[in-house]
Amino acid sequence: MDQEKIEKIKNLPEYQQLVKERTSLAWILSGAMLVVYYGFILLLAFNPEFFTTIVSGEHISIGFPLGVAIIVFAFLLTGYYVKKANADFDELTAKIKKEVE
Amino acid sequence: MAQVFKYLGAFIALALLPVAAMAAGAIEGGEKQPINWPAITMFVIFVGGTLYITYWAAQRTKSAKDFYAAGGGITGFQNGLALAGDYMSAASFLGITGMVYLKGYDGLIFAIGFLVGWPIMLFLMSERLRNLGKFTFADVAAYRFKQTPIRVLAAFGGIAVVILYLIAQMVGAGKLIELLFGLDFNYAVLLVGALIIAYVTFGGMLATTWVQIIKAVLLLAGATFIAIMVMYYMDFSFETLFKTAVENRNGDMNILFSGGFVSDPVNAISLGIALMFGTAGLPHILMRFFTVPDAKEARKSVFFATGFIGYFYILAFIIGFGAVALVVGSEYFAGDKLVGGNNMAAIHLSHVVGGDFFLGFISAVAFATILAVVSGLTLAGASALSHDIYANVINKNATEAQETKVARISTLVIGALAILFGIGFKDQNIAFVVALAFTIAASANFPVLIMSMFWSGMTTRGAVIGGWLGLISAVVMVVLGPVVWTQILQMGEAVVPYKFPALFTVAIAFVSIWFFSITDKSARAKEDKEGFEAQFIRSQTGIGAESASEH
Repeated sequence: MDQEKIEKIKNLPEYQQLVKERTSLAWILSGAMLVVYYGFILLLAFNPEFFTTIVSGEHISIGFPLGVAIIVFAFLLTGYYVKKANADFDELTAKIKKEVE
Repeated sequence: MAQVFKYLGAFIALALLPVAAMAAGAIEGGEKQPINWPAITMFVIFVGGTLYITYWAAQRTKSAKDFYAAGGGITGFQNGLALAGDYMSAASFLGITGMVYLKGYDGLIFAIGFLVGWPIMLFLMSERLRNLGKFTFADVAAYRFKQTPIRVLAAFGGIAVVILYLIAQMVGAGKLIELLFGLDFNYAVLLVGALIIAYVTFGGMLATTWVQIIKAVLLLAGATFIAIMVMYYMDFSFETLFKTAVENRNGDMNILFSGGFVSDPVNAISLGIALMFGTAGLPHILMRFFTVPDAKEARKSVFFATGFIGYFYILAFIIGFGAVALVVGSEYFAGDKLVGGNNMAAIHLSHVVGGDFFLGFISAVAFATILAVVSGLTLAGASALSHDIYANVINKNATEAQETKVARISTLVIGALAILFGIGFKDQNIAFVVALAFTIAASANFPVLIMSMFWSGMTTRGAVIGGWLGLISAVVMVVLGPVVWTQILQMGEAVVPYKFPALFTVAIAFVSIWFFSITDKSARAKEDKEGFEAQFIRSQTGIGAESASEH
């Protein structure tokens, strides 16, 4: 890519919007995953008694729904990102390509 | 080529049956095991089918792009299944279910750690990798830097991970086949080695991808069936499942809680870092992003992979508790231990819920799992040697034909090494070897890759010094740690008190990449930084990226 093309793309409002939106979404979602996962690990490490809480019947402890919830959460996060990217980011990318190619 | 395949297929099919039948009595403990005919039948059908795919793929594998990246024409859904197939190794299927069987809730904690790296990979890496890379993750790591030193570093990091991961899979394969077919461990490892060499050398990425897709579908279907049957036996009540499991463990409620697996915060966080960031540094996983046509398919593939893997881990946990509820204290016990060890919990459970034929099916699936993962690993290792070392360092004017030839020779070498290491490391702890592979991937590959994509200030010097320090510190700290120093080498008290040093080694890599970059005032550094903008635009938009239709 030559310098002229770089400058042209850099100055496109669509490009600036794409980078800004994608970067913030990616870091927010990564942050959410990190907080949930390390929150879970720290809870295990510093407060193991919490995991002896029984939430249903006599044998279903809090850890099971919590564990499944983290797995489902991870899946929903990826789903949200893909939905958003397929709709908004790809549209912006197509516009940028149209402008420069 | 066709001739070679006919002979190879016939040879393997013929060689297998008598050996398996002959050795059927050779099970440990002196107990005579009946010949597992359904298992052998399923196994032969699977091996025959995959060899046919390899034959089909071999005719379509002409260019280097075909060999490394299946021509770049795999869809997001297919690649999602293949990624799941690559990731759900024997350590996942047999290891996680075995760990849940043995330790209850702690096994689930491990499974969660294996999953949470996937969203991070999607948000920060997958699309950018697809836009920047060609065949291997070193293409991306070295994009705007001086090629040789970074390629060498990435290839070393990649191969170290591949070899360690391979050892774990080969040992797992050997043990599994030894138990199921009564075939001697060394022959079992030799057989697996011969099969993967055939898949990868002839069929390349296309055959490897399809073997992985089929394996993922079989594994998900088989695990679903086991889990549904377990719940059927338990009247579809988790209360009954856990209650029966606790009763079978003499009323010990501790399997429902965390049993101190992560009681030490430093080790807990450190293991979490290794599992989470290690996933994003595994060369055989990263390589899969070059098989799809564009960034859109790359991101879809991670979405599907996360779904399949998450679903599988939830099943694995029902299967593990199902094994405690239904297998403990039954005919599958020798003394107070499970026949074949705790890793066989899922296999025995499949017999309880589905009889001989289903046991055969699940055994064949477990074997398929190992074959698929080992093929992916071998291909990633061979690519590091042929694409990163040979074509980009040793012979920069190499033609595509020469490069592909070197890739095939590398496959043979890595296959042979896998067989030798598999036999040599027969009695090593598999879970530990896998954790070590993740630690190295997180400490050497991941920091260089992520910093090169996101930080404009990174220079060749920073990347090379930081990457090597991450790699070396990971290896040194593991060797000086409790497992190798105390348990394996028996040198007494460990110098490094942590089993999983990723917390420190990942930090060492990031800090030294940063430090040796900002202090770098060379002309090369200026060039490195100037290259960032063009790289960043391409990573964001895909303009100039390799497309699937170029050949």
